[in-house]
Amino acid sequence: MDTILTTPQMVVEDRGRHLFRVARRAFTDEAVLEAERRAIFDRCWLYLGHSSEIAGNCDFITRAVGGRELIFNRDRVGAVHAFLNTCPHRGAMVVREKKGNALSFRCFYHGWSFNVNGRFASRFDEGNYGKEHYGGGCADLAQVPRLESYRDFWFVNFDRNAVSLSDYLAGAKEYIDLVADQAEAGMEVVGSGQQYIINANWKLLAENSIDAFHGFPVHSTYFDYLKTLGALRMESTGSHFSASGMHNLGNGHAVIEYASPWGRPIARWVPSMGEDKRPVMAALRENLIKRFGEERGTRMSEFSRNMLIFPNLVINDIMAITIRTFMPAAPNKMTVSAWALGARDEDRDLRKLRLFNFLEFLGPGGFATPDDQEALENCQRGYQNLREVGWNDISKGMPRQGPPMNDDEEQMRCFWRQWRDRIGAVS
Amino acid sequence: MNGDVSLPPTRRSDGAALRGRIEDFLYLEAELLDEWKIEEWFALFAEGATYEVPPTGTDEHDPATSLFYIADDYVRLRERVVRLTKKEAHSEFPRSQQRHMISNVRITGLLDGVADVSCNFVTYRAKRGVVDTYYGKHLYRIDVNAEPFRIKSKRSVLGMDMLYPGKLTIII
Repeated sequence: MDTILTTPQMVVEDRGRHLFRVARRAFTDEAVLEAERRAIFDRCWLYLGHSSEIAGNCDFITRAVGGRELIFNRDRVGAVHAFLNTCPHRGAMVVREKKGNALSFRCFYHGWSFNVNGRFASRFDEGNYGKEHYGGGCADLAQVPRLESYRDFWFVNFDRNAVSLSDYLAGAKEYIDLVADQAEAGMEVVGSGQQYIINANWKLLAENSIDAFHGFPVHSTYFDYLKTLGALRMESTGSHFSASGMHNLGNGHAVIEYASPWGRPIARWVPSMGEDKRPVMAALRENLIKRFGEERGTRMSEFSRNMLIFPNLVINDIMAITIRTFMPAAPNKMTVSAWALGARDEDRDLRKLRLFNFLEFLGPGGFATPDDQEALENCQRGYQNLREVGWNDISKGMPRQGPPMNDDEEQMRCFWRQWRDRIGAVS
Repeated sequence: MNGDVSLPPTRRSDGAALRGRIEDFLYLEAELLDEWKIEEWFALFAEGATYEVPPTGTDEHDPATSLFYIADDYVRLRERVVRLTKKEAHSEFPRSQQRHMISNVRITGLLDGVADVSCNFVTYRAKRGVVDTYYGKHLYRIDVNAEPFRIKSKRSVLGMDMLYPGKLTIII
């Protein structure tokens, strides 16, 4: 199987001819997905959740990450844990609720119990179990090999020898800061979020989430909507800062940054928000400029950013902030989870505006995301022709002199080079 | 007839009659959606009406404090309909085929000519050989003094623990 993956190559970059091509087999082949599980999902830092989702001591949520079932929780003293959600006894999932608050976890199958710090907590009569069960660790819940966080974003890694999360995130940290710094009280996930299926390969959503090239062809109905509402504001204030296109953040991560026409609940007013919100937005922006200076404050308020953290975390700070992660269920099927992030101390009106703004574009019922899903599913269908038409073209912007533009495809090339190197490394 | 039991005996037939009229109205709504007569469907809504689909698998019910799938005010609902009439609403081009089934219609409250109505629903959407099934409960507030009736709010609470079909491009 390993030689099938590398010969012939699936990612071909020819800088001399300005060509970058990806084999469509990478989106359809079960052997490729199996290689991704081993080389990528077993080795990379994967997003687990946000601190605010387990805000209180003994809060827990359960979540599938990297093909595992996990418990993400806080213990009685507030320490954060991530356990593999399987009973050390016979394997049943110990926690079956999506979320809750509990002083202990109890497997319903034979009643083995655990403290929320993972320690085996049952007391059976003498003769049932030896002392290894009580303090020896062999009956404790298993922790994920690595659990680390950056600015309230928690990640797991199933490779004990992985580099630190900080080193892994590399240049992405600066852009996480641009989100985490938006409120002095910190940011929080709002509600339970959206969970849905897309019948397409997971890498299609990785590409799409940072693809500005498709914006106008796919989303014209969204821009029509903004125009009708008077929510389209083309000019950007703070012209001394020019949105800089695209940045390679290292390790396969990339971001595009650009002036955008929509309103931004952080501090970019558009007429459809109403005159009453105008001074409110102005005050928010002023505060950001006070905290971070003219350039950074304006940049945070005014410009939109779409970031992909390799392999499967998207943090898009656009007409609202969405955190999105997705896992392959099959070569042609992924499960998507998406959340809205807002200021922790946000008042009700602004929170309402933020969520209203989110839904104008984002999510399965938005005015744009469903058309992305349609595009992705259409690509996946089109790959049925791969025996005759076997390659995707990701070359846009390659001959450009100077830095890449946000609607070039260099950010996807960053993803694919990392993908190629990681798949190649284990083959 | 549960909805009638709390009424005095002389009024019970009135309740059944009203429910019958509401059922007729909901069947009309379903038919308009089945036939893609979406602008006529929008005309069933009173000015200022809302249309919402809350998140799946939770009991979160306030679009101001949790992330819904859809939380339209009247203007955005109108624009949703306008969008769906365009060829560039790619997810519905070519258009899917739909069938809207409703049952278990109950009047759960009636005050000042506005009826609170709940019913179960199953909506099928077929496109390119894939059949999506949406099911759950509709909660309406219907102005029953208006002629014809007018919907003041519609909330479709999905009975699914996640959105298996992936999209919510049609009106369920």
